[in-house]
Amino acid sequence: MRAICLYLHVHQPYRVRAYSIFNVARDHNYWNSDFYSKQSNERIFKKVAEKSYHPMFDLIEGNIKRFPDFKVSMSITGTWLEQAEEWDPSLIEQVRRMVKTGQVEIVAETYYHSLAFFHSKEEFESQVERHQTRIQQLFGFKTKIFRDTEFAYNDELGSWLDTIGYQKFGFKGCLAEGWDKVLGWRSPNHVYKAPGAQNTRLLLKNYRLSDDIAFRFSDRHWKEWPLTVEKYQNWLDMDCLRGNLINLFMDFETFGENQWADTGIFEFMNHLIEKWLSVYENKFVTVSEAIELEDPMDEVSMPQTVTWADTERDLSAWAGNSMQDEAENILYGMREEIMSTGDQRLIEDWRRLTTSDHPYYMCTKYWNDGDVHAYFSPYDSPYDAFMYFMNAIRDLEYRLMNDKKKHEINK
Amino acid sequence: MLGWELPPHNSGGLGVACLNLSRALVNEGADIDFVVPYTADHSDINFMKVVSALKLDPLFRFGVGAYDSKKINEVVFPDTSNEKLISIRDVQHRYCDFIEKYLMEFKPDVVHAHDWLTFEAGVLAKKNYGLPLVAHVHATEFDRSGMNGGNPVVHAVEREGLLMADKIIAVSKATKKIIHDRYDIPWDKIDVAYNSLDEGFVTSDYSFKADHYKYIEAMKEQGYKVISTVGRFTIQKGLSHMMHAAARAISKEPKLLFVFAGDGEERNELMKLAADLHITSNVIFTGFVRGQRLRDVYEISDVFVMSSVSEPFGLTALEAAHHGNVLILTKQSGVAEVLRSVMEYDFWDEEKLADEIVAVTKSNALMSALQNGISHEYLKISWDDIAKKCLSVYNEVRKHKRNNF
Repeated sequence: MRAICLYLHVHQPYRVRAYSIFNVARDHNYWNSDFYSKQSNERIFKKVAEKSYHPMFDLIEGNIKRFPDFKVSMSITGTWLEQAEEWDPSLIEQVRRMVKTGQVEIVAETYYHSLAFFHSKEEFESQVERHQTRIQQLFGFKTKIFRDTEFAYNDELGSWLDTIGYQKFGFKGCLAEGWDKVLGWRSPNHVYKAPGAQNTRLLLKNYRLSDDIAFRFSDRHWKEWPLTVEKYQNWLDMDCLRGNLINLFMDFETFGENQWADTGIFEFMNHLIEKWLSVYENKFVTVSEAIELEDPMDEVSMPQTVTWADTERDLSAWAGNSMQDEAENILYGMREEIMSTGDQRLIEDWRRLTTSDHPYYMCTKYWNDGDVHAYFSPYDSPYDAFMYFMNAIRDLEYRLMNDKKKHEINK
Repeated sequence: MLGWELPPHNSGGLGVACLNLSRALVNEGADIDFVVPYTADHSDINFMKVVSALKLDPLFRFGVGAYDSKKINEVVFPDTSNEKLISIRDVQHRYCDFIEKYLMEFKPDVVHAHDWLTFEAGVLAKKNYGLPLVAHVHATEFDRSGMNGGNPVVHAVEREGLLMADKIIAVSKATKKIIHDRYDIPWDKIDVAYNSLDEGFVTSDYSFKADHYKYIEAMKEQGYKVISTVGRFTIQKGLSHMMHAAARAISKEPKLLFVFAGDGEERNELMKLAADLHITSNVIFTGFVRGQRLRDVYEISDVFVMSSVSEPFGLTALEAAHHGNVLILTKQSGVAEVLRSVMEYDFWDEEKLADEIVAVTKSNALMSALQNGISHEYLKISWDDIAKKCLSVYNEVRKHKRNNF
């Protein structure tokens, strides 16, 4: 048997609006901006819903009905769920229908799509818990497989999963990047585990075949362009010689947003699913099914954090410059005080700032090249992103001061 | 009088200074035709004749001209009169053409040209019509470039204007020295006439709107002291030195808030620097502010720093003093020449600036002594004095001319 494990990541952050020093302490609205502004969460969500969420959900649901062997796994962040509930609840309804068929599995992660694991384990656990609870409430499904934001993974996370993750949350596996520097001669097409892990398994992304679709599909400078299903099927066949589990992990927005509809990406996927399943020994598996396919082939150790981002596969897009470090350090430095207020709105605003997109917008790595980082930023520059973020932090500080004053008066 | 801008169509202090000087000169009995290179409504100016040299929208001088000489060959002006005005040089040439025609009908006693922008027109008036030329220097290209190089085209225009002028008025001794040292102009050809506060600034009704900087107010209640600086974020202003000094000061006294009011090409660099120094929480960028919000910056500040590498005058310091700020000025700022109750430092001396900031903010005695002192000094120079100075220069060049013919 040969299996494709298709996993898609669904996420939208709450972008901070152009929140200037003149707003600080006067209004606490960091998130809602004018509909036509660059940072309008509503406008962006509706745009992506039209270009990507609707057509791709329809494509997935259609194929679920046609093929009982078609399976998809998705991680859906809490901030996406909240925005969908507000601006396009039919999407939630559709996910619920799909999950009910048993052919769609939801993957666990931090509710706010944060890098909390690297700053505060306590915050990390509470965000993981919140996500699991919310998914259970909305879709009646208990998540079993975990992925951390941006596939950030290291041995420490591996051992957390094998102990607390397994005991407290019931996690049986984790998704991570199948990076050559880690795997060496080994193939990502097998089930692995962290060093000494008893309870949890690792699924590693087949980044070449994933990125052929996610990044290169419409690249006319690519020598393989145009990518046909026949060609890709051939590559899949060849790759199966290295192991029978092909982990295709990518952003959901690959379909319709990163690769626009006019590139033929939807037709490609429709055709690919049909073609793959037309061979008797082929099928699709969910992430939970994937870890049961075989015993772990080997132990994989990642002492340093590996992500699925950029050619460096590290956290440098989120923590590569002093502005990002400063912003995150100040943010997490406030945590205890924020939590001690018990003020739910304050805590919610603070948590929305933990979303990893915020430091990502401050990335200056390739700023001058105006590449993918710039394309996905709603700000004029990384410096503007930093400024508005820090102003929101100042306002949180102001609210903390007021809270303290209130308590002193009550005493 | 040859100028480049008048309020409200001004991009900075040049227009304000020209307006106040003209008003004071008229009060002393002068009769002025003031030429600007654009067409706009100046009906609120009734004491002199404002003459438009070009049919150009004043908006399109913003970001160029008076300050951004680096970009003089890059900016495209909209074609408002079917004339091809590609860069500020074209505008200057049209301005000269206009002056040449204008002076066929009208023969003033003196031509008074403000900065390199109008020096060519002034030189033309002198060469073609034999009119006495007074060149008024508000800033040199050396100031604008932070004393590093500068634009050779601007240098050439500036040098010719200064050489050809019968008399030069500099806004400070510091500027006089630059003109003398860098352009080899004889010392006694240069007179100094300082600037003063805009009349509107002193007389207008102002009341603080706490609402604008509510966060800073709240921090002040927590015992924070506010140190501000106002201006364009360019190399001329020496702000990275100030940022380093801020970090040093904060390491001694954490309850300091630094407000950087303004915008410019160095903004991003400064933000990054604040993060590098781990003082982001103590540094606030307001963006470009004017009017009420600018005055509120002064009002909310305890200390005002002028960190310029080279500042011909530095009117903002007087404005800050009007709002009761303690002033810390670089020795390279012209305004420091007329004030006594201020702290001074060399623009590169970060340690000294940090020392001064800590000293002032930690000692109420020192702070109130400086505040008290400056309150008696900042209005000492009036526009009337400056106008009298200009009139005496006019008389000198006219006498000189008569002797020649």
